[in-house]
Amino acid sequence: MPTPTTSKSPESDLYTPLSGVPLTAGQLPRGAAPLTLLVVALAAVGFWQFADWSVAACAVLGALVYTLLIYTWSRIVEGSRKATDRFVTAVVTCAFLLALLPLVSVVVTVLSNGLARFDTEFFSYSMRGIVGEGGGAYHAIMGTLIITALATLISVPVGLLTAIYLVEYGRGKLAKAITFFVDVMTGIPSIVAGLFAYALFALIFGPGVRMGIMGAVALSVLMIPVVVRSTEEMLKLVPNELREASYALAVPKWRTITKVVLPTALAGIATGVTLAIARVIGETAPLLITVGITSSDNFNPFDGRMATLSVFSYYEYVNPGVPPQFSLDRAWAAALTLIIIVMVLNLIARLISRLFAPKTRG
Amino acid sequence: MPPSTDRPRAQKVPLRPGDRIFSGASTGAGVLILVVLAGVAAFLIVEAWPSLTAPAEDIPGGEGVAVYVWPLLFGTLISAIFALLIASPLAVAIALFVTYYSPRRIAQVLGYLIDLLAAVPSIIYGLWGFTVLAPLTVEPANWLSENLGFIPLFAGPPSATGRTMLVAIIVLAVMILPIITAVVREAFRQTPRLHEEASLALGATRWEMIRMAALPFGRSSIVGASMLGLGRALGETMAVAIVLSVSGGVTFNLISSANPSTIAANIALQFPESSGIAVNTLIASGLVLFAITLAVNMAARAVINRRKEFSGAN
Repeated sequence: MPTPTTSKSPESDLYTPLSGVPLTAGQLPRGAAPLTLLVVALAAVGFWQFADWSVAACAVLGALVYTLLIYTWSRIVEGSRKATDRFVTAVVTCAFLLALLPLVSVVVTVLSNGLARFDTEFFSYSMRGIVGEGGGAYHAIMGTLIITALATLISVPVGLLTAIYLVEYGRGKLAKAITFFVDVMTGIPSIVAGLFAYALFALIFGPGVRMGIMGAVALSVLMIPVVVRSTEEMLKLVPNELREASYALAVPKWRTITKVVLPTALAGIATGVTLAIARVIGETAPLLITVGITSSDNFNPFDGRMATLSVFSYYEYVNPGVPPQFSLDRAWAAALTLIIIVMVLNLIARLISRLFAPKTRG
Repeated sequence: MPPSTDRPRAQKVPLRPGDRIFSGASTGAGVLILVVLAGVAAFLIVEAWPSLTAPAEDIPGGEGVAVYVWPLLFGTLISAIFALLIASPLAVAIALFVTYYSPRRIAQVLGYLIDLLAAVPSIIYGLWGFTVLAPLTVEPANWLSENLGFIPLFAGPPSATGRTMLVAIIVLAVMILPIITAVVREAFRQTPRLHEEASLALGATRWEMIRMAALPFGRSSIVGASMLGLGRALGETMAVAIVLSVSGGVTFNLISSANPSTIAANIALQFPESSGIAVNTLIASGLVLFAITLAVNMAARAVINRRKEFSGAN
């Protein structure tokens, strides 16, 4: 007996419950969720604009109303499983938007407060002899660049070599221990790194010592693990066939590493190093206790206090002169400079990895 | 298995000087890292020692190191733990959003936006918390103390400036959010594709797929990532130093103007003006902080690494 593959009215069949269990389930119309969101968002904006409610209250209330609305609607039409799914979707989306709020707020605040003194004088004058208006952060910018460059100079060779050891040479317990402690070192508080540098130099030069190089050492403690981790990841991506081909040509191991492995992973390593620099260039705490602050130019990292951008911003903010506004403007301008440097470094890192990444895939 | 051929002419590869130097240098660099980590502990102990042996009257506060450090330790723990309570559920939700809910094409950009949160220097979070967030919390804090004042956390009297522990906690939560999110996202990305597709094919909704395939797989990562975030929150310095109005004392009250400081913030505030035994005392408190963060981080890494070994995905 041939089974009928089609019946005259399949619709009616589907809607007849099969021994009490319906074969179809209701579904919200296409685009129900975005449309509801749009309506609620418009209502929230309306309340904000015309009923004069605060932005935060409107946003929170809007999110709540939307979640409740979509859940109830879906619960009635689609049943509890789909409703839970929609509920979670709404909650998760709200969480994401909530996390973006601080980012937007920080950027807006720094921009609106920092632009007041974001001028040429700020980038060409130091604070020597400045009491009220004027002055700039030239000495602090140079100090930040010098100290970060020194830290990079220390961290990159150590970090690179360690990563090479872990990927190319390291076997057994030592390698395992190093991998583990590099990870642990990523979590060292920056202030502890600063205290370490201070304690180290205080033992040599006596208590109360302040030098640029101390800051560089403290930053290196923070930077090395980042460089090791990213370089290690990149070296692992280098296909083994390249190494084996090189060995087959009787190239010694160290030449294989320097001529084959490293050039292949170069873009990734550059990305990692750039991100590591971006991470430490904004550090304040270790520099505060190792390098201190000065109001005049000092570009010699082996001799006395130096100014750095982050510490400069901190002191201008907590010890403002009278009237305080000039000092606060300088603090915000320094913060703006700092955030621009960090963002540009992040952007450069992404660009490097985007432009060169495909080569490293095996 | 017995060797199929023995190697009669197993020539030893000549060890070139270049090879020896290179492997020596890279091993040395690896060992150097261990030495530095040990050195951090050693130098801190050496510099903290005078304060541990000094008579109690000489320590700032006049009652010995333990009494000096305890309120700071309390402040550190309470701020970090509450920050973690706020940040970790949010971070998991964000990781879920970026991995499973956001449109595929812009997922990477959204992840990058969250990473940018980590890129903002901590001093800027401090300035932002002081200028923007603190005034915003004054109204809600008043409301909390009036309506929920029976809970010790909101006992009040509320601070008029908003420079409270609550603001410090929120700022810390924002700062550790991207760190937790990054690790959890990594775990979700490694969820076996087949598990996800199998549960979807069986008719699971997206949330059921996440609950049954992704969350069990990522559970230890979530725990580990939260502990990493905790470690970061414990050691965060400048943001707390700027935001918090400090008066010592141990209190659970989150919204008053009398707050315990944290170890890191206290070091940053006191160190530039200290000398002699006070510096040693600060370093001793730093040693305590180092020990705690080291323990938390080691536990976190151990948890995360265990998942790597037993996950079956790789």
